[in-house]
Amino acid sequence: MGLKIIVLAKQVPDTRNVGKNAMRADGTVNRGALSAIYNPEDLNALEQALLIKDKFKDTEITLLTMGPPRAADIIRESLYRGIDKGFLITDRRFAGADTLATSYVISKAVLKCSPFDIILSGRQAIDGDTAQVGPQTAEHLGIAQITYAEEIQSIDKSSIQVKRRLERGIEVVKSKLPVLITVHGSASKCRPKNAKLLMKYKYAKTNTELQALNEDYMNSFKAKPYLNIEELNLDDLGCDIERVGLKGSPTKVKNIENVVFKSKDSKRLTASNRDIKGLIKTLIESRVVG
Amino acid sequence: MANFYTDNNNLVFHLSNPKMKDIVVLKEDDFKNEENSEIAPVDFEDAMDNYKQILEIVGEVTGDIIAPNAESVDKEGPSLIDNRVHYAKGTDENMDVLKKAGLLGMTLPRRYGGINFPTTVYCMAVEMISRADASLMNLFGLQDIGETIKEYATEDIMKEYLPRFASGESTGAMILTEPDAGSDLQAVNMKATLDKDGVWRLNGVKRFITNGNAELSLILARSEEDTTDGRGLSMFLYDRDKTVTVRRIEDKMGIHGSPTCELVYNNSPAILIGKRKFGLIKYVMALMNGARIGVACQSVGIAEAAYREAFKYAEERVQFGKKINRFPGVYEMLTNMKLKIDASRTLLYETARFIDVYKEYEEIAKKRPLTPTEKKEMKKNRKRAEVLTPLLKGISSEYCNEIVYDAVQIHGGTGFMRDFPVERLYRDARITSIYEGTTQLQVIAAAKGISGGIYKELIKEYQSVEIKPELEFLSKILNTMTEEYYSTIKMVDDADDVEFTNFHSRRLVEMAANILMGYLLTFDADRETEYWFKSLAELFLKKAQSENRERFSYIRKSQIKDMSLYKKFAV
Repeated sequence: MGLKIIVLAKQVPDTRNVGKNAMRADGTVNRGALSAIYNPEDLNALEQALLIKDKFKDTEITLLTMGPPRAADIIRESLYRGIDKGFLITDRRFAGADTLATSYVISKAVLKCSPFDIILSGRQAIDGDTAQVGPQTAEHLGIAQITYAEEIQSIDKSSIQVKRRLERGIEVVKSKLPVLITVHGSASKCRPKNAKLLMKYKYAKTNTELQALNEDYMNSFKAKPYLNIEELNLDDLGCDIERVGLKGSPTKVKNIENVVFKSKDSKRLTASNRDIKGLIKTLIESRVVG
Repeated sequence: MANFYTDNNNLVFHLSNPKMKDIVVLKEDDFKNEENSEIAPVDFEDAMDNYKQILEIVGEVTGDIIAPNAESVDKEGPSLIDNRVHYAKGTDENMDVLKKAGLLGMTLPRRYGGINFPTTVYCMAVEMISRADASLMNLFGLQDIGETIKEYATEDIMKEYLPRFASGESTGAMILTEPDAGSDLQAVNMKATLDKDGVWRLNGVKRFITNGNAELSLILARSEEDTTDGRGLSMFLYDRDKTVTVRRIEDKMGIHGSPTCELVYNNSPAILIGKRKFGLIKYVMALMNGARIGVACQSVGIAEAAYREAFKYAEERVQFGKKINRFPGVYEMLTNMKLKIDASRTLLYETARFIDVYKEYEEIAKKRPLTPTEKKEMKKNRKRAEVLTPLLKGISSEYCNEIVYDAVQIHGGTGFMRDFPVERLYRDARITSIYEGTTQLQVIAAAKGISGGIYKELIKEYQSVEIKPELEFLSKILNTMTEEYYSTIKMVDDADDVEFTNFHSRRLVEMAANILMGYLLTFDADRETEYWFKSLAELFLKKAQSENRERFSYIRKSQIKDMSLYKKFAV
């Protein structure tokens, strides 16, 4: 049995190491000041796809990423780990998109890769933290969705069973294929890059990147068609220009505030029964617990 | 998010050694090598970029996965269930990750599924793995038996078995030791007999076998009836089946993650490797030298881990109102650790480069006759590798033990508790100066470098290397040390007594090692402008010179009759 899997991944600024210049005065993220990384939960999603491929050798994994030309890094990083093919969805006209416009474009790209059995993506990206693009893509495509997946427990030609990690426990659900699954950070960590795949694909380039290289390189590139990373733009995908970019984005940011958590007055407690009882009472009264 | 490659600029520095260029050109057959061109480098820069990027993968895997697993691996260890050895859960995870990263079979040619990396680069990977979990080195490092198969087996055997190492499907073992044949392998008793179908059958008991339950192993056995010495022994390849019983897993002091087995062979089928009767005299030596380099990497890796633990602790621990690394007794220990690590590391990678050069010429010689110059280079490098390997193994493992001793000392009472990693490192280090030949045996092998004039020739070559004027004071110290070394050798030679020579050989070998490491650290300082390289070389040489002088004066006062006095309390 071989499955057709599409993985959605995003290049994000590394908001885990935020420095002084991380935000601009206007409240937007200063992408130049932060290193660009593979969105962590998208790596968890990629691992789920690779685990399926480990099990069913004929499985084919296609990765889609949307972003500026340098987001081709995400495709190379994924090729080093074992995907079969990657597409970079890139077009200046897509800029300024909110989750609705983004998921519309992605759903169009998914249709280009049809038929498929499973779409896997991270639960959310660390830059926006919306967790909306996955579910909205499923809605555009009119297919089932499973969010917060931690483990794919079983899979056959027509259905899949998934364990979900929820705030207060787990839930096991079953769905028909095709399905879109968003993967939680508690799922298996992604495997490392593979030495042989790295050496094979390290010169993989998009057309845009190729422009900057010399002729020597072009010749060896032409001899190795697998080094070509295909780019998809608005026209390739047949998108409605009214539904993409800033124009297609109903979300408007009204205001951004810099919130600094301040500690309030503190209270020192001992391990005595009296203090512990008092603490529990306070917590219940203030509805922190109970 | 630790990376054991990028956080150690010393490794990055050694990878950038200018001699790498010759090695890469030899290894890649001047980039005419077309086999598996999808991953073959196109030029020197491309090859170096491959090494760098793949060492970064090793660094990530060791820092993020293997090191965090080390504590549980040490506590859990392997188990024996139904005649099968099961690794600790963490060890299984580590092996799976290494397999997925495609890091097994690093030095094997691409036509057997390997990635054709030089020994020098492979050693860096082994060092990082040992820093993360010393016990995993034994499993990862045993892929090196593939090297011996590559050197001596027939093409059919290579085609069938080498890809299994490269894919990570099989792990390896080298099966030599028996209850009555430890350091003295000439006493090996396991019987190999040809049955009527022409299949070799093995019968007997093997003991202290690292990863004894491996799928593929190389076994030393007596193929010639009525013989009692090394000339009756041959080397066999055994592919695991149901004929071998694992009698027990040893309960060891350290390297708990690596299963050490006692094995009983019962008519087990095996394939002869190379020629009959050459088992011990040729193939075991090749295996051993590979394993000794592995132990040297392991020693440096454990030492690096111990130094970092001690450094961190000394920076955090406050006594008498001060961080303890501000006290001379503590900072001296810490800096001496660093000196020993960098000295043994620079010798490690110099030795690895000698190995790379001679092995590549040997490979080329299989395809075409070598030119006289090439032949000379091959021989020169082989000779150096043969004496520097035991010298390095001896020195680095003894240093490693000294370093973990001091690392525990710096932790004080805390270091004696099982709460900190340094306690595990202390136990793991202990085996390094014992297995693959004790330090005492390494000294005997390394002493051939004195009698054969190999150190002398190498020192002469080092002396002729030009260095920056501001480092000339180091050359002066080295010149004095060299003169003192030669006059010490002369004193021993003049006594004209074999036992007297053997009695002092460790001192002589260590004197040579101090000079060689001193030169190499000086060259490192010459190549690098960073201030601390120069300081390291200076501090090392000050210590090394006074150590050598102590040996010199001890030998000067030593008399032949001393040996009988020594025997009085030992024999």
